[in-house]
Amino acid sequence: MTNWERFLDTFFNGKVLARYWPDIAYGALITIELALLVVVTGIGAGLALALLRSVGIRPVNWAIVFVVDLFRALPPLVIIVLIYFGLPSIDVSPSGFVSTWLALAFVLMAFSEEIFWAGITAVAKGQWEAARSTGLTFGQTLINVVLPQAIRLTIPPLTNRTIAITKGTALGSVVAVTEILGQASSAVSNSYNPSPLMLGAAAYIIMFLPVVVLGRWVETRFAWKR
Amino acid sequence: MSSKPIVEARGIHKHFGAVHVLKGVDLRVAERELVFIIGPSGSGKSTLLRCLNRLEAPSSGSVVVDGIDMLDPKTDINHARQRIGMVFQSFNLYPHMTALGNVTLALRKVAGKSRTEAEAIGRAALDRVGLADRAEHTPGQLSGGQQQRVAIARAIALEPRVMLFDEPTSALDPELVGSVLEVMRSLRESGMTMVVVSHEMGFARAAADRVVFMDHGQIVEQGAPAEIFEAPKEERTRAFIGQIQRH
Amino acid sequence: MIETFLNPAIIAAAWPILLAGLWNTILLSLVVVPLGLAGGTVLALLAGVRHPLVRWPLMAWVDFFRAFPPLVLLIFLYAGLPFAGIELGGFGCVAIAFFLNTGAYYGEILRAGIESVPAGQSEAARSTGLSRLQTELYIVLPQAVRNVLPDLMSNTLEVVKLTSLGSVVAMPELLFQARQAQSLTYNPTPIVLAAIVYFLLLWPLVRLLSRLENRSLATRG
Repeated sequence: MTNWERFLDTFFNGKVLARYWPDIAYGALITIELALLVVVTGIGAGLALALLRSVGIRPVNWAIVFVVDLFRALPPLVIIVLIYFGLPSIDVSPSGFVSTWLALAFVLMAFSEEIFWAGITAVAKGQWEAARSTGLTFGQTLINVVLPQAIRLTIPPLTNRTIAITKGTALGSVVAVTEILGQASSAVSNSYNPSPLMLGAAAYIIMFLPVVVLGRWVETRFAWKR
Repeated sequence: MSSKPIVEARGIHKHFGAVHVLKGVDLRVAERELVFIIGPSGSGKSTLLRCLNRLEAPSSGSVVVDGIDMLDPKTDINHARQRIGMVFQSFNLYPHMTALGNVTLALRKVAGKSRTEAEAIGRAALDRVGLADRAEHTPGQLSGGQQQRVAIARAIALEPRVMLFDEPTSALDPELVGSVLEVMRSLRESGMTMVVVSHEMGFARAAADRVVFMDHGQIVEQGAPAEIFEAPKEERTRAFIGQIQRH
Repeated sequence: MIETFLNPAIIAAAWPILLAGLWNTILLSLVVVPLGLAGGTVLALLAGVRHPLVRWPLMAWVDFFRAFPPLVLLIFLYAGLPFAGIELGGFGCVAIAFFLNTGAYYGEILRAGIESVPAGQSEAARSTGLSRLQTELYIVLPQAVRNVLPDLMSNTLEVVKLTSLGSVVAMPELLFQARQAQSLTYNPTPIVLAAIVYFLLLWPLVRLLSRLENRSLATRG
């Protein structure tokens, strides 16, 4: 065998690939499921917190700022480990999947709250005044006038942040979630061959590269012009 | 003015923190009257205007517009504001909506009109300001003068009883001022009650029923344009008029 | 509750272990942040070369590593490369993974910064006889860095947080040490304590960033 053949046999071993690709495909499904859950709940909760913050109740706002700061400062893996290994001590035993989902959703919530809030405050005060002067209520002004402008402003930073946090689904492998990396790692130790890792890597690239490219496009498309 | 007042503000005080911006202002505006408020910057004229529709809440005093007590907590302020149109120095059009969208939003959300009904009213309002053909344009595609006229259409579409203008031409390039004043003049001719804060003295002379001069949070002097501009009684008025005319 | 999550006896026992971990986290950050910045600077300078043979591979490189989860990269280096006879050890793997991953992010930020510097600046510098590289290093980069400072700091925060991945490849940093202490004591106190340490370490930076970011979005609006 030449070196090149040996390399191929090691990293792209046909037999191992054939044996383990269904596992990786299953892992990809779990990754997608987890990612969608994180995105929907994280951004939803972040938007809700930003709207609540715009009502302007002081103690509530302090609490929001603290929670946001907390989840920005803590590494996601630390939060996952904390939920997965910490909560069982008080007889709540979330699965690895739930732990990873909660942790990443909290992190995305924190970042998206901050981005939405920055967007809301970036909308000029005159917009509020003009809307209120025509008799629109606070809520109507927020929903119809301020939020559409704020969201447009927030789309580029939000897209990038969402991609970065969603990639964190791979952290689930640390707490036994059977997502791509988890499946690939156990396949490697079962087969004593790194080919499943290559397959896993390919799965990540297939899933996330289009999103990254989309993010680039969004950044130019939504550059704010008045 | 013999007819009953449509705007009646009494003893208005306004504090911003330690700053006393309005010091007991009374202002009565009769139906179909055009009152023009002038004064140096910081005199409190814009704040007074914004107290009339409670964009600023006065620290004390009373404001009654068209029989509605604006400061009563029980008043449905959003409903009341429909009767008081306001035009801002910086237009404040919604950049994410077309001209027609700007005009119809409150019609649909506050006045409860259907979309078709609102759009018919909205197009008529845009027609009144001479912009019927710009209904589908967004603010970014309009000149400053056109934007301000859309803002006026947004206010008059709600059929207000009184219109407040807060320096409506100050942000415009000189060549665009005329079109906005033209719209204001035709509004005046249709019998609209108007309160205007502005530096357009020529417009004041030609169109105002009464000119009010404010300084340091108080009304110093008021009267017919001719009186105020040609024969002011107070020294402060004379100084201000002199300064303006030298420019 | 306190007995479970912040047990005083366990805090006392675990503290020296965590302290060693904290020290390693700081050391690790002091290595990987400059490494990522160096990689990013090279990428950003190369992005100035308009030739398609440089431009497209460069963009593919950056997007590839932005799409690739850093943990996957790390595991690949740590568990995959030994099959090819390359043993880098935990630290080597972390260093390379961070160089590739965070370098791509730093590169994107610096590229945006360089593009924000008016062309007149480098024209003026070139007209005084500075070379292309000198112009980039002395004139363009300093202004670029200033323009994107909040983004650079925000990415640095993420990099420091990311050092917690080292625990997966047995680097004795803060999270790893906390998990060791936790498995010795059968109590989550060490992990809670580690979380508090992370928070206290990074909160000032988070506060500062939140202010800077609010301001930058406001001026864009």
